[in-house]
Amino acid sequence: MRPAKWHTALTLKRRNGSLFERLAMLLLLAGLSVMILLPLFSLFSKAVTNKQGEYNGLDNFIDYFSTPALLNSLQHTVYVSLLTAVLSVFLGFLFAYALTRTNIPGKMFFKTVSLLMLFAPTMMVGIGLTYLFGNQGLITTGFFDALPLHWDIGLYGPTGIVIAEVLYTFPQACLILVVSLSFSDFNLYEAAKTMGAGKGRIFLTVTIPSVKYGLISSFFVCFTLAFTDFGAPQVVGGGYNVLATEIYKQVIGQQNMGMGATVGIILTLPAILAFIVDRFVTSRQHAVSARAVPYRITANRKRDGVFLSLCLIMAGMILLLIGTVFAASVIKIWPYNLAFSLKHYDFSKVAGGSLQPFWTSLRMSAWTALIGTVVTFVGAYLIEKTKTFPVLRQAGYFLSILPLALPGIVLGLSYIFFFNKESNPMHGIYGTIWILVLANIAHFYSVAFVTATSALKKLDREIETASDSLGVPRYKTLLRVTIPLCLPAVLEMAMYFFINSMVTVSAVMFLYAADLKLASVSIVNMEDAGDIAPAAAMSALIVLTNIGIRLLYEAITHQIKKRTHAWQTREH
Amino acid sequence: MPQSYLSIEGIRKSFGSFTALEPIHIEIPRNEFVCLLGPSGCGKTTLLRMIAGLETPDIGRMLVEGRDITSLPSAKRNVGFMFQSYALFPNLTVAQNVAYGLREKKMSKPQIQSKVEEVLNMVDLLSSAKKYPAQLSGGQQQRVALARAIALSPDFLLLDEPLSALDAKVREKLRLEIRRLHEQLGMTTIMVTHDQEEALTMADTVVVMNNAKVIQSGMPEDIYERPNSRFVADFIGAVNFLEASDGREALAIRPEHVRISPIHEPGSYEARIESLEFRGSFYRVTMLVQGPSSRYFPNGIMADVNRSIVKQYQLEKNRRVYVQLPEEHLIHFGPTRPERLEVVG
Ligand SMILES: Nc1ncnc2c1ncn2[C@@H]1O[C@H](COP(=O)(O)OP(=O)(O)O)[C@@H](O)[C@H]1O
Ligand SMILES: [Mg+2]
Repeated sequence: MRPAKWHTALTLKRRNGSLFERLAMLLLLAGLSVMILLPLFSLFSKAVTNKQGEYNGLDNFIDYFSTPALLNSLQHTVYVSLLTAVLSVFLGFLFAYALTRTNIPGKMFFKTVSLLMLFAPTMMVGIGLTYLFGNQGLITTGFFDALPLHWDIGLYGPTGIVIAEVLYTFPQACLILVVSLSFSDFNLYEAAKTMGAGKGRIFLTVTIPSVKYGLISSFFVCFTLAFTDFGAPQVVGGGYNVLATEIYKQVIGQQNMGMGATVGIILTLPAILAFIVDRFVTSRQHAVSARAVPYRITANRKRDGVFLSLCLIMAGMILLLIGTVFAASVIKIWPYNLAFSLKHYDFSKVAGGSLQPFWTSLRMSAWTALIGTVVTFVGAYLIEKTKTFPVLRQAGYFLSILPLALPGIVLGLSYIFFFNKESNPMHGIYGTIWILVLANIAHFYSVAFVTATSALKKLDREIETASDSLGVPRYKTLLRVTIPLCLPAVLEMAMYFFINSMVTVSAVMFLYAADLKLASVSIVNMEDAGDIAPAAAMSALIVLTNIGIRLLYEAITHQIKKRTHAWQTREH
Repeated sequence: MPQSYLSIEGIRKSFGSFTALEPIHIEIPRNEFVCLLGPSGCGKTTLLRMIAGLETPDIGRMLVEGRDITSLPSAKRNVGFMFQSYALFPNLTVAQNVAYGLREKKMSKPQIQSKVEEVLNMVDLLSSAKKYPAQLSGGQQQRVALARAIALSPDFLLLDEPLSALDAKVREKLRLEIRRLHEQLGMTTIMVTHDQEEALTMADTVVVMNNAKVIQSGMPEDIYERPNSRFVADFIGAVNFLEASDGREALAIRPEHVRISPIHEPGSYEARIESLEFRGSFYRVTMLVQGPSSRYFPNGIMADVNRSIVKQYQLEKNRRVYVQLPEEHLIHFGPTRPERLEVVG
């Protein structure tokens, strides 16, 4: 026998993956730390310092909770977010139910319309509402006095915010609930029927329990989105303060960084709660048994009629809103001169300055999509498929899903605190496009990571070992087998990064340099300065770009499906 | 005893606190066909993967012709491994799958081409070279995996339950095919299976495993006729156990060796027929032994009886018969011990 020590050293080396894999893993961890952990740490330390930068313990928090104006914004935010979440989940459930459990025509159309909102910055929802329900709004003025009916809903304030947030979060709830409702076991329904349960009872005892986790998870998603959104309250909030606009005021207006950080931490609490609930729910969501039978939709005209009207109303609202923004962007002077004009697309005379922000946004989103997709995929691969130290892999996994709990605004703040420090060796990227790209990658990392991970999980677990046994280096197999198999997921990740980078404002609004203004930020500025029509025009540009990217994605995916048809697994 | 080619010396493996393999010792001669046989979860795959270099043992070493290969990476061991899931690359054609490992060798394109053709020819799949794995049946996929494993002309062919996913007919055919390839190519083949019939029909040597340990190894006939433990006797084929009183030797007998007669003979036990089960060429007759001897056979006794005999003696349920257990067919296990082997985790 050889000495045991000698063996142990070798064993340790091989059991924990190749040297290359371990280096890559360490690099990934370092990258994730710079991207997420260290900036967060800066935020926390900022929250316990005063304006002069001296340590002051919990003074900021005490200050916060004893200043009625500040405390008000917390109450406001909780109020609108709760209302939003309840309404969104309710409407999202109805919509999802219509798409999965009824025979209404035009499901494809309704699905597409519900997704349109994901292509728009939230400010656009606000702008659309302004054109409909604002002081000069289409509906407020009864189609410019054409109708005898005038209806002022009192848009500015909580009403406007809630309507905007519902329109913005409802597609998310819908997406989650469609998935929940699609996974059901028809056997349960038939069993309930044979035991004589009525429709109402079946709904309460079979349907609702089977989507319980979907309901919980969509509630928290909607709540968090509304809680942390900046765009909509900025446009239709009026004087109604919410946390996100409060942070903006503290940081940009009063340069009170410590209080900004404090509010940021408070803003993160529901997101962390949502994060924990989501983890819990995911672990509880058992797979449907292999013997489950898919839901069979029974014929029922009355039901279909009710749900069709409902879907038409909701889709109509969304289309009206987007249509109004598009229309307003090509009308000379709303509401006085309704002639067609493209002058609002010439941004040279307004607060934004030029079309430059749009190009900057494009450039930033393209880089985010490219770098983000590569980094996220490699990260997911290292965590999912290699044998490096389990502790490192777990740490990597945790850091990868942590951004789910970080509102964009908080991430943006953390980035100023971290990268703006002269002592930071990466200070150089401050004020360049790269800090924007980095912030976006961090902001959207988790969802892309989950997409990559689930694609990788679907592959045969032995692909890597098969490659080992055939004497082929793993990176070659990654390039030749794993990535081609995951191509649809890779494209989805790229599209996700791109579209979200185009619409986001919360993370980047603290970080852009004067010469690197972004399209979404310029919407906020133009709207703030009263240049609403150009703001509408810029929103329209963003939406059109995103629709274009989505169509491109669909086209490429279609091509890939056609080409790879032969290797899709078939039942035998 | 032929000279050992592969020696496994005290290999042990645990995953966390769970021990998947206790220290294992096995000697395998060159060109043998070895079956690792045992119930699911007993560590067969783990052992096979360690031989392939896909897992690293905690302690112990492996030698090939006296050369220590314990820390040699898989690529340098010259093994062909066939995975339980086949692990074919779904986005590559059959030919590309087979050529996958060849491309790493210093071979020219035409050489690779002709090697692929040669190997695909061996498994009778040349006509499917351009197809993708998903376009093939299970049996065909299995043969692609086999072709890929032997393409590199390995010294060892390692097969992990190669037939378990296939239906009975295909399985039978592939048994012969694998055995033929083994002989044709002159490799040392180690095959994992939990199917005792497969092991007995294919192997030169069967290694029976249970609970992370090797229980017995030997030629199929030896293992069948002279199992060294209740576990092996029970796992391979059907068997009757005779309950021994404390400290006495434990005994067993195969049902085909149990003799039935309608009349009493010296040394026979009186029994009543409980059931007759038609098995094609024979009947399996289950009986309960009567009288004081019944305590040796608490589970009754089974006998495999020819159809002609069943007719001749008019055997039927509740018939009284006399059972004989010929001395020369009794299996001896040595004194009964607390049954460690049967504690299934
Ligand atoms: N990578 C692993 N991590 C943890 N446990 C494992 C791993 N591989 C195998 N095991 C465990 O080791 C035991 C033996 O597994 P295996 O060798 O696959 O059994 P067999 O092939 O005989 O069915 C099983 O209980 C299995 O759960
Ligand atoms: Mg196995």
